[in-house]
Amino acid sequence: MPVLTLAAVRDVRQLSASVWKMTLYSPELARPAKPGQFVHIKCGEGNFLRRPISVCNAQGDTLTLVFERKGAGTRYLSERRAGEKLDILGPLGNGFELRKGRYLLVGGGIGVPPLLYAAKSAESADAVLGFRTKDAVILEDEFRAACGEVTVATDDGSYGTYGTIAAPLREMLASGGYAGVLACGPRAMLRAVAEICAEHSVPCQVSMEERMGCGVGACLVCACKTREGGARAMRRVCKDGPVFWAEEVCW
Amino acid sequence: MADLNVTFAGVPFKTPVVVASGTFGFGREYGEIFDLSRLGGICVKGLTLRPRLGNPPPRIAETPMGILNSVGLQNPGVDRFIEEELPYLKTLGTNIIANISGETVEEYAEMAEKLSDAGVDLIEVNISCPNVKAGGAAFGTSCDAAASVTRAVKRAARVPVMVKLTPNVTDIAEIARAVEDAGADAVSLINTLLGMRIDINTRRPVLKNNTGGLSGPAVFPVAVRMVWQVRRAVKIPICGMGGISTGEDAVEMMLAGADIVAVGTALFRDPFAAIRVTEGIVRYLDEHQIENVTEITGKVLLN
Ligand SMILES: Cc1cc2nc3c(=O)[nH]c(=O)nc-3n(C[C@H](O)[C@H](O)[C@H](O)COP(=O)(O)OP(=O)(O)OC[C@H]3O[C@@H](n4cnc5c(N)ncnc54)[C@H](O)[C@@H]3O)c2cc1C
Ligand SMILES: Cc1cc2nc3c(=O)[nH]c(=O)nc-3n(C[C@H](O)[C@H](O)[C@H](O)COP(=O)(O)O)c2cc1C
Ligand code: FES
Repeated sequence: MPVLTLAAVRDVRQLSASVWKMTLYSPELARPAKPGQFVHIKCGEGNFLRRPISVCNAQGDTLTLVFERKGAGTRYLSERRAGEKLDILGPLGNGFELRKGRYLLVGGGIGVPPLLYAAKSAESADAVLGFRTKDAVILEDEFRAACGEVTVATDDGSYGTYGTIAAPLREMLASGGYAGVLACGPRAMLRAVAEICAEHSVPCQVSMEERMGCGVGACLVCACKTREGGARAMRRVCKDGPVFWAEEVCW
Repeated sequence: MADLNVTFAGVPFKTPVVVASGTFGFGREYGEIFDLSRLGGICVKGLTLRPRLGNPPPRIAETPMGILNSVGLQNPGVDRFIEEELPYLKTLGTNIIANISGETVEEYAEMAEKLSDAGVDLIEVNISCPNVKAGGAAFGTSCDAAASVTRAVKRAARVPVMVKLTPNVTDIAEIARAVEDAGADAVSLINTLLGMRIDINTRRPVLKNNTGGLSGPAVFPVAVRMVWQVRRAVKIPICGMGGISTGEDAVEMMLAGADIVAVGTALFRDPFAAIRVTEGIVRYLDEHQIENVTEITGKVLLN
């Protein structure tokens, strides 16, 4: 059951040139939040629509969000200060389906944050995290604390493994023993992860993004083309997702 | 407290505030957030005879104080609606208004018949969707086509019929007169205004469909003007909509001539918008010592 609430900003700090971390006090949001869910945030008077941001972590009464400053909405969020209140609707969406066992988390860029809460919630987890370059690397220490093995890859080789997440992902899947893969990142990365997981017959869940209106499943603007038992269907990223089984997504 | 009851096209409404088609699905999602019996009615997502997948995403673009949408009537088809959604909707204690779109006059009539049998309270005939290739607004931009759809639906329907008008015409009053003459019990307006946004970096339209329908506070003054024009042209009641997000907006729309109002896009910003609009109307009526909400309809004092 989503709630509409005023959440108190506790802390806002910059993690990299374009990424901010916001900590909020909100029992109403933090307690029921599951990994992979998101919240829908009103960003001042000038931005008509709310902005969807994933739950990066939820511990006790504290909710953590990590976001990239892209346009006016996320700029507004980055300029909040401790003590201010934000109008938030959430928690929304289905979240990851976590069973027993070891999970492999695959994140790309600003898709990395939502996997942190999954890492903390899974029985055990390893992670492959991809970034453009060294300066864009975020949350590495947090993942090292929450996971077994963590591989960081950069597109330009300036930090960690050189190249995309594909090679380390293949290597780790080959070593076997994963109950599943959870992935979040750019669409092209998700598609590649889906293919690699299919090759290794490992169940893969992907967290999809789409522009949103209501955020609760009523307006149908956030459509994701999927197959359900052979039939094509438009499913709602905000309600049926944002997490989908990779083989159901029409890439 | 002021009396909010309105009889609209013969149907009793306990408040003059309904939610607009396409912004409220079939009620289930907002039903998790607030008590839907507080609404005057629910206009359900636009229905077609057969299921439709709608347009490819992105289907929404933000605009100054509004949005463009290009959903394209995604829906499970009228039969599945009657089987899977209507039984739930009927338990909610609010009027259910079925919104229908057809590619042909015959399709409209067939849906009207099925929905009358199934027991909806009112049928809203959408001749104004800007996001579909066949039918849609094509019926709403010519007096003859609008009248022929209205006549066919009236012959088939056994519940009151409200025709939803498009603002994308030169003279909306003329279309309103045509559907009134063809037997419409009410009109609703406005549907969305055709619009477009372009990403200047990629030079591509934000919407995959290139164009879409504008709604939200940005269209409010246009909607007020059109409701006023239609009020002067026809005697049948009007459901006014387009950009309403506060009680004051609703009162303004009613002064222009609306008997009831619909709240749509405002829900995306505030899921409780329809409730807050209702409360705002009550506040206005009480402050001005008006006993019944019906007293303000069309009561604008022209300069
Ligand atoms: C389920 C979900 C979870 C998300 N989680 C995060 C997260 O944890 N951290 C993070 O940094 N970003 C996340 N995003 C992306 C984030 O919502 C957008 O970056 C943000 O809305 C951009 O708003 P803006 O005003 O800064 O940018 P603008 O480009 O000015 O936004 C204009 C409009 O487009 C929409 N929009 C633009 N980019 C996106 C996008 N990628 N996805 C959806 N809508 C978009 C905006 O919401 C707004 O309506 C998530 C998106 C979804 C759908
Ligand atoms: C996402 C979305 C979907 C819509 N779908 C329909 C529809 O299926 N049928 C219809 O008659 N109008 C549809 N509309 C139009 C609304 O019902 C309403 O006429 C319009 O949005 C103006 O009101 P508003 O500004 O309060 O939203 C839709 C509007 C939006 C924003
Ligand atoms: S944003 Fe409205 S249905 Fe997903």
